[in-house]
Amino acid sequence: MNSNVYTAILEIGDAINKNKELLTNLDAAIGDADHGINMSRGFEAVRAKLEGSTGEDISAVLKKVGMTLISTVGGASGPLYGTAFLRAAGAVQGADSINREKAMEMLSAVIQGIKDRGRAVKGEKTMLDALEPALDAFSQGVKENESLLGCLEAACKAAEDGVEYTKTIKATKGRASYLGDRSIGHQDPGATSSLIILKAVTEYCRALIQEA
Amino acid sequence: MVGIVIVSHSAKAADGIKELAGQMTGDIISIEAAGGLEDGSIGTDAVRIMEAIKRVDSGDGVVILADLGSAVLSSSLAIELLGESVGKKVKIADAPILEGAIIASVQASIEDSLENVLAAAEAARSLPKKA
Repeated sequence: MNSNVYTAILEIGDAINKNKELLTNLDAAIGDADHGINMSRGFEAVRAKLEGSTGEDISAVLKKVGMTLISTVGGASGPLYGTAFLRAAGAVQGADSINREKAMEMLSAVIQGIKDRGRAVKGEKTMLDALEPALDAFSQGVKENESLLGCLEAACKAAEDGVEYTKTIKATKGRASYLGDRSIGHQDPGATSSLIILKAVTEYCRALIQEA
Repeated sequence: MVGIVIVSHSAKAADGIKELAGQMTGDIISIEAAGGLEDGSIGTDAVRIMEAIKRVDSGDGVVILADLGSAVLSSSLAIELLGESVGKKVKIADAPILEGAIIASVQASIEDSLENVLAAAEAARSLPKKA
């Protein structure tokens, strides 16, 4: 399989694992205290699942990631991130590399998939509050002819701001919505894991470029 | 005959609800419990749900009873994974999981249509607890 994509996915898994406690604690405040545990379990299973696979294209690898997360993450993040990776797989069907334009298509497909599945929009204190600003910043970067890395860095900054923003709003989706106003003041775990994933991908791209 | 799938974060809950539904209808209905993950832990798994749907689908459609939010997300993903021609006859009931399952099972057992089984399950929303 494409070794860069494979490594990027492992890096994502590492980043999630490193932040397992943070994500679980965030989820303890406004959810059922298992987001970090669930995501970590999911990416451990992904690591195991991808090990035996060779010679598969990018789309097939991303599809495997999606299908594995679906069956191992357990909470809402399973179907949400599962759908995200499946839609990303669809966006790179037939491609053997990911450039700036393809990356934007993937992020766009990811967001649409999450919206289709979760029926959420921006402002409801979900992962979309990190991902939608990220896409806006990414596409602004493309317009300004920034490199892929430049676009990713802008996307991460916007996602970070988005995560901060989630502290100020009430949850109207997911378990946190049961808390109503008490969810205000707390950072959304799903938006946080989305940021962690974006950052891991960005860091990996930066490392690749520095090696080149 | 319309098939029934029970989707709960808890395998025990799904199995228990299936058992209760079976008391009303005996063995004549096609009903599967798709609760928890493969290893028995709490959660929902769209692939497990999809396989349960396939097992109970006789062509007359399937009604899904689900517990909390992400059970609905996993169920809707399962429907998407089945593809359009099968998926369009699989409906997630906007109903309480237990009462909805029992009512849906009774309706399915008398060979009622998908629309009627679904409607009956959803009417369970307004069943009062107190006499």
